[in-house]
Amino acid sequence: MPGQRILLSHGEGGKKSRDLIRKIIAKRFENPILSPLFDSGLLGRLDGEIAFTTDGYVVTPAIFPGGDIGRLAVCGTLNDLSVCGARPVAISCALILEEGFPVETLETILDSMKTAAAEGDVVVACGDTKVVEKGSADGIFITTSGVGIACGGWRPAPENVRPGDRIILTGTMGDHQAAVLIARNRLELAAEILSDVAPLSSMLLDVLSAFGGSVRFMRDPTRGGVGVSLNEMAESSRARIVLDESRLPVAEAVRGVCEILGFDPIYLANEGKALLIVDGKSADPIIETLRKARYGRNAAVIGKVTEGPPGVLMKTVIGGLRAVDYPVGDQLPRIC
Amino acid sequence: MKFIDEFRDPGLARGVVDSIRTIWGDRPPMRLMEVCGTHTVSIARAGIRSLLEGAVTMVSGPGCPVCVTPDGYIDAAIGLGKRPGTVIATFGDMLRVPGRISSLEKERGKGLDVRILYSPLDAVEIAAGNPEKEVVFLGVGFETTAPSIAGAILSAAERKIINFSVLSSVRTIPLAMEVLASDPEVRIEGFLCPAHVSTIIGSDAYLPLTRKFSIPCVVAGFEPLDILYGIYLLLRQKKRGVAEVENEYARVATPSGNRKALDVIAKVFRECDIGWRGIGVLPRTGLAIGEAYASFDAQRKFGVEIPFTEEKTVCRCGDVLKGKITPRECPLFGMACTPEEPYGPCMVSSEGTCAAYHKYGVQ
Repeated sequence: MPGQRILLSHGEGGKKSRDLIRKIIAKRFENPILSPLFDSGLLGRLDGEIAFTTDGYVVTPAIFPGGDIGRLAVCGTLNDLSVCGARPVAISCALILEEGFPVETLETILDSMKTAAAEGDVVVACGDTKVVEKGSADGIFITTSGVGIACGGWRPAPENVRPGDRIILTGTMGDHQAAVLIARNRLELAAEILSDVAPLSSMLLDVLSAFGGSVRFMRDPTRGGVGVSLNEMAESSRARIVLDESRLPVAEAVRGVCEILGFDPIYLANEGKALLIVDGKSADPIIETLRKARYGRNAAVIGKVTEGPPGVLMKTVIGGLRAVDYPVGDQLPRIC
Repeated sequence: MKFIDEFRDPGLARGVVDSIRTIWGDRPPMRLMEVCGTHTVSIARAGIRSLLEGAVTMVSGPGCPVCVTPDGYIDAAIGLGKRPGTVIATFGDMLRVPGRISSLEKERGKGLDVRILYSPLDAVEIAAGNPEKEVVFLGVGFETTAPSIAGAILSAAERKIINFSVLSSVRTIPLAMEVLASDPEVRIEGFLCPAHVSTIIGSDAYLPLTRKFSIPCVVAGFEPLDILYGIYLLLRQKKRGVAEVENEYARVATPSGNRKALDVIAKVFRECDIGWRGIGVLPRTGLAIGEAYASFDAQRKFGVEIPFTEEKTVCRCGDVLKGKITPRECPLFGMACTPEEPYGPCMVSSEGTCAAYHKYGVQ
């Protein structure tokens, strides 16, 4: 519907609300659980251990190079389930729209949610739509929750991490945040950087079904990037992680942006990557499996677990050793 | 990445480290100061201290502009920001620096209009787009930043933008290094001179240091190999018993510096005495806005004083900035003073010595 904008009346429960929900939103996600539009989506019997997660998405701009808030909202929740070893069953979709938001943009975003859900083999089982006055939100906010079933009984076991285990990252670091930063600051750079936003369920579940017992623990390094996720992993597994700087995969263009702006890609958010701590002996075959997957082509062993007090260290390119700590606040533009 | 990876080459780095070990043998470690905050961070990030243990003792100097900005300046900036219709425009590092009672970050939470910029020119644009507002740029930095601040003032003057001004806290490096060189407690045996500052002022600016104090000076770039090779050159001078200015960073910095940038600085600024947090008032190390551009000087425009008082607290930022102690020797380090809750400025700035030790130090 070109030119049309979201009005407060789209959220007031009357005919306009009904039309928006039925003709624009529910139509796209059509499936037997959602389509009756009951007050709940009835999932039926689920067999196995259930995983449940939720996440809110507020990214600006809503459409960025390589994706949009819709794809992000679906993939983020799918990935949270997948790194806990759960096969996604259903997700919810709650939209908060700002008065004046272009309906056409909403349709684009919903289309990418549909595509991502199909790719991740999950249904949108329920949803909600609210409209707030202009100025009370930033265009569009999306919250998705997800339910999944544990794959083959696997569950994260940080307590099993031991010296000799390897750290695997499934691809390059920082692409998502670098893409958003560039879009937000309208930086004109020669090389295009695309967000890595992608559903990892099928790749990670394949790894688990082949190597379940060797995978101790997985995380998706979103906010705070690989640096923060690894610190959290080191903390919960009481492990000392030593990274090898020369093995950290970073796309050339992302490195360039980081050099210019003074950011460290290890702290930039990813939306289509996972960190795995695996048994040292299985690291190579796991890498081989990951690299065959669409979103794992640049998977690499980036470090190992060693004896010593918990924490994250890095062997630098030139052979020095230093700590990789939690960052404080946002990385800020620097003076010189 | 082209032109960067070459300066991080592991094989070459090993070679330089071996040369350092060979040339220095088992002499007691040489006490070197890296003056610039970017060097401090680079040394910590690359883990250079661990590589050169025993051969050199690296102490960090006062070369982080945020760290040496006195708390009175922050108070003055907050005071200005509280005037109705005022926008405070600043580089991001300044946001969390504690003044005497508050910080710009805390005041922003209470409604102060503080905007983070990458370039002083952006502040001129904000002023041009909001003629009803007064835009005050926090001019904090060294010779590297001075030309762009001067450029912003010249641009505003040319465009007759009258609602833009600068609260200047710009400092210059070489005379401050002389103060450190003459301090017997600091005991510097060699200076690793800043890269970017030297591209502006030129490597000849350090000649007086070598002549007056017989301290070797090497201008070095910020990449790990630059730093390692710079250290090697300093050790070589010391071993030969000479004190000269050598320029490892000749690919960018020249002996006489950047004439155009120096001209712009001279046109807009005049030399002044200025207080360095934790160090004291150092004569002729500040740049105030000159008479010709007085209408862009926030201090004069709004009648603001920037008081400087020597603080007497347990915080030892002053001694850290002078290289008298390493951060771990401060009783507050990592306890009452952390990057989340900084007590002193050296912990706030990303280029602060304490922050670098805290972030990259191996426990």
